[in-house]
Amino acid sequence: MIKDVNEKDFTSLGNIPFAPSYQHTLVSVNSGFRTEKPVCDRDKCNGCFLCYLYCPDGVISKDGESVNIDYDYCKGCGICQKICRKNAIHMEKER
Amino acid sequence: MTKEFLSGNEAFAYGVKLSKPHVISAYPITPQTTVVEKLATLVERGELKADFIHVESEHSALSAAIGASAVGARTFTATSSQGLLYMAECLPYAAGGRFPIVMMNANRSTALPWNIYGDQRDSLTLLDSGWIQSYAKDAQEALDLALMSFYIAEEKRVATPVMVNLDGFTLTHTYEAVEVPSDEQAEGFLPDYETDNKLSLEEPKNMAFTAGPDTNTEFKYKEHLGVLAAGDVITECERRFEQFFKRQYTGLIEEYRTGDAEYIVVTLGTLYKSVCECVDKLRAQGQKVGCLRLRYLRPFPHVQLTAALKGAKAAGVLEKDISFGNEGTVYTNVCSSLQHQGLSLPCSNYIAGLGGRDVPLSDIEEIFGDLKKEQSGIRFVGLEE
Repeated sequence: MIKDVNEKDFTSLGNIPFAPSYQHTLVSVNSGFRTEKPVCDRDKCNGCFLCYLYCPDGVISKDGESVNIDYDYCKGCGICQKICRKNAIHMEKER
Repeated sequence: MTKEFLSGNEAFAYGVKLSKPHVISAYPITPQTTVVEKLATLVERGELKADFIHVESEHSALSAAIGASAVGARTFTATSSQGLLYMAECLPYAAGGRFPIVMMNANRSTALPWNIYGDQRDSLTLLDSGWIQSYAKDAQEALDLALMSFYIAEEKRVATPVMVNLDGFTLTHTYEAVEVPSDEQAEGFLPDYETDNKLSLEEPKNMAFTAGPDTNTEFKYKEHLGVLAAGDVITECERRFEQFFKRQYTGLIEEYRTGDAEYIVVTLGTLYKSVCECVDKLRAQGQKVGCLRLRYLRPFPHVQLTAALKGAKAAGVLEKDISFGNEGTVYTNVCSSLQHQGLSLPCSNYIAGLGGRDVPLSDIEEIFGDLKKEQSGIRFVGLEE
């Protein structure tokens, strides 16, 4: 998980890497257009990790026997909810 | 070292073999085929320990090369003409990603009309793809450029892919005596490829990412600096090459009898040798003529070119290329260079050799005759009117 997304300093040419390869990411938090977010019920989740495989944005990571969702980048597409066979994921309206 | 009778393609393949690439990925196309055939044979016989990837297209050939280069492998591919255009999408990926892939391009005409013979429209179309571009004059230089290109591409200041161009058939399929260095002689010429730009499980990185308007200009500026840095690195590399192999090269350009020349033809690739022959003939008649060859088009030899043309009364650019609706691309580059280096000189453009048409000595004599008019303009040489 990228922790220091906002710690990068690209305010000068010297800090820009010579190639687009960087330990961290250049993308800033972009979850603004989400209207609903997936929420996982860890009691229902059986750890099959189908949601992890299907997430088009790679924001679902394995977390022990269950999963963790990175809400900084989740676009709220709902594919994880659709693919979940245990109905462990439900979509919640963003406020 | 042994002296062997080789075609340009075979000589290039030996240069690649001596460079010991880890991965070769290529798709066959005339007149490139024999270079990868030779390499496939060397891999099959165990004389070259490399992974040879058989791909289904040129687009895949360069994509595979990019992937291999991204994990730190020394990587080679080769193509020609429509194949180069088919992989065109991947060229800026390789350059922008700063992957030091070496590619041999067999210069060949582009369709339509369909034609398999040599001209330089294929590579010149992709002059802006971010790759370093060199043009060989003979099979010996082809072999040597293969070795040197890996050095230049992989140098940390450069970190840019290199496209080495061989004139289709006139160089790729013409046999000459070539000095082939032994493995022992080449040992140590190329340092191991080391880069911070590497996919690795130990040090995970975000690779080939998006860079928006806030940082994109800075990435592109760095890419530009990389190609410019090749100017110095080429000089260093050629000095090192001379120590190892006792052969000398002359940097971004090569000159022939230009010292006191009044009329100079600027050209590239194998045409150089024809023009040099014509220069000798005209010099014997007392005419002060010379020839200049652009060995590299990127980085462009602004300073060297204008220094060489300074004393001349007129220059002509002879090229196997036309940018339709404008002029030859090399001519555009030369004129721009003269202009911003502040050298005022009549300069004309001669378009010749399209689709493999022969450029005989008589045509080159006519070009030198035309230069004496000291005009600027564009002429198609040998056009049937």
